[in-house]
Amino acid sequence: MKRSTDSNSRLRKVFGKSEFYLLLVIIVVSLFFTILKPSFLAFTNLYGMVESNSFLAIMAAGVLVVLISGGIDISFTATATVAQYVMATIVIHCGGNMFLAFAIGALVGIALGLVNALLIYFLKTPPIIVTIATMNLFYGLLIFISGGTWIYGFPMWFMERNLVRFGDNPGITIPILVLVLSFILTWLILKYTALGRNIYAVGGNQEAARRVGISVLKTQLFVYCYMGFLAGIASTVQANMMLTVAPNALMGRELEVLAAVVLGGASLAGGTGSILGTVLGFGLIVIVQNGLTLLGISSYWHKVFIGAIIVVSVGITAYQRKVRERKGAIINVED
Amino acid sequence: MLKTDTGRGRVSKHSEILSLGAILAILVLLFSLALPGKFLRPSNLQSMAFQLPELGVLAFAMMITMLTGGINLSIISSANLSGIIMAMILTGDLASSAGGAGLGWTIFLAVLAGLSISLIVGLVNGMIIAYIGVSPILATLGTMTLLEGISLVITRGYVISGLPRNLLVIGNGTFLGIPVPMFILIAVAVVVAIILNKTRLGLSTYMIGSNIKATNFSGISTNKVTILVYMISGFLAGIASLIMIARFNSAKAGYGSSYLLVTVLVSVLGGINPNGGFGKVSGVFLGLVLLQVISSGLNLLGISQFLTLALWGALLLGVEALRLAKRRGR
Repeated sequence: MKRSTDSNSRLRKVFGKSEFYLLLVIIVVSLFFTILKPSFLAFTNLYGMVESNSFLAIMAAGVLVVLISGGIDISFTATATVAQYVMATIVIHCGGNMFLAFAIGALVGIALGLVNALLIYFLKTPPIIVTIATMNLFYGLLIFISGGTWIYGFPMWFMERNLVRFGDNPGITIPILVLVLSFILTWLILKYTALGRNIYAVGGNQEAARRVGISVLKTQLFVYCYMGFLAGIASTVQANMMLTVAPNALMGRELEVLAAVVLGGASLAGGTGSILGTVLGFGLIVIVQNGLTLLGISSYWHKVFIGAIIVVSVGITAYQRKVRERKGAIINVED
Repeated sequence: MLKTDTGRGRVSKHSEILSLGAILAILVLLFSLALPGKFLRPSNLQSMAFQLPELGVLAFAMMITMLTGGINLSIISSANLSGIIMAMILTGDLASSAGGAGLGWTIFLAVLAGLSISLIVGLVNGMIIAYIGVSPILATLGTMTLLEGISLVITRGYVISGLPRNLLVIGNGTFLGIPVPMFILIAVAVVVAIILNKTRLGLSTYMIGSNIKATNFSGISTNKVTILVYMISGFLAGIASLIMIARFNSAKAGYGSSYLLVTVLVSVLGGINPNGGFGKVSGVFLGLVLLQVISSGLNLLGISQFLTLALWGALLLGVEALRLAKRRGR
């Protein structure tokens, strides 16, 4: 399903991709930070950077899939918070093991994703509106029922984060492992399964996809359930790192994650986006935050930089598209 | 009167207002029965009229961009930045402005500065969207983050408080028993309604929301209209910030950030088509009153405000289902 009207040469294809420019920016920014502060490249710093942002990155993979399908989900942080409360309550009161904790988080996420998908399909209302409504619904009901109290006192087995240790270095931890696995899973689904191709097709042109026999309902069911699944997993990772569950730990960060995914080249119009782009887009934001902290620049400045990066990046992307459209070539890059 | 809602078959305008009105009447009746003598008491009505306007003005700021098929995620952070600048001038943090000038002059200067900032933010949003062609949600997501950052850098996260008492009237005063902010909201609603229904700009706004290409080919400068719409949206955010700082007697980065998605919810509840082109001021106003009635009623019943949040979400889904059923029925 590759349609490139530009040129067949592989090299030009690489240069034409937004991922290439992102990578270039990341390298320049990283070099800049490394020169000013060599400790930026220290293994522990890089490792901590990835680990502390792992739960947001896991959700970003879900947002990517939703965006590719032409949808959007605002409710995933509410979904994650609900999953976290249910998981923590069951684990603390009934015991269990790490696998069970993740399974509970995932199941709650999938269930709420299913609600989103069905509402979006049957109400014929734009996903952004439906998920704003369900965000209020999920979160409001959760806090009403739970009272919004913090949850502490996880069992001992839940507090272990390291899976493998290498001497004094941080070993492979649960957040890192889950992050890598969910990115690989998302990549495999998007690249190698018929389902993944259907997601691109539905996002590219829903009506055309329907006419060639792709079930829009099934695709949407999968997409929003997968988003819920990853939100549930991510919330378990976050609980594993913080060892507390707070009602406001994840809420309000949905637009931040969305911005990172869009920075990675995913289009809100659907049909475009790649997991590599999401890694790079998310990476750029994390690197800038970390670098500024290392340089001792007050955290108040972080949002200014990130806002500027978003504005400039979406501006460049939109401008390039405008120029291409003027030239008459509409390029629908997939993968 | 606009006769644009043929073809795309959104529910016709009068039945829309009627069904929202019916829901409102039922809710008021239920709450009056559940809270005899409490719900419709003047003091409760007055407190409702105090709470409604800030969300209301912000909702109109959101609504007008949604009519063009856009969205403005930066209204809250823009309002906060304006509020912070106004508060800094008013409390004399910006030394130059306090230099010997009278209080009236300082207030005038502060309001002028705050509203100018909102207008500039709107202009920048509009230009990014119109000339560069960035989708509104992304452009305003970017400016939202940027403005939030600027507010944080200016205030270092602190609250600026202690505004002159003359200004607080805007947020807390009453005239003939009706809160001053309510007058502002009504004035805003009337002005927005006039712009939308009686001016070329309003007609163009609806046309852009229906079909921007066709509008462009019909000789209307869609870029100019888009920029103007986002400037109006920004200006309304500035007015909302004035009400906010006067009500809270302070300004801070991050005030009212939970309002953002609620303004989208109110607009859609009030019959604004999220794809643009359809929706009326009266519908949004009814939507606002609906949410306020639910919120106040549940509050008087002693029920958690979070259930209110859940009910708002459920109400929107319910109304959307109703609309779908109506469309199917025709």
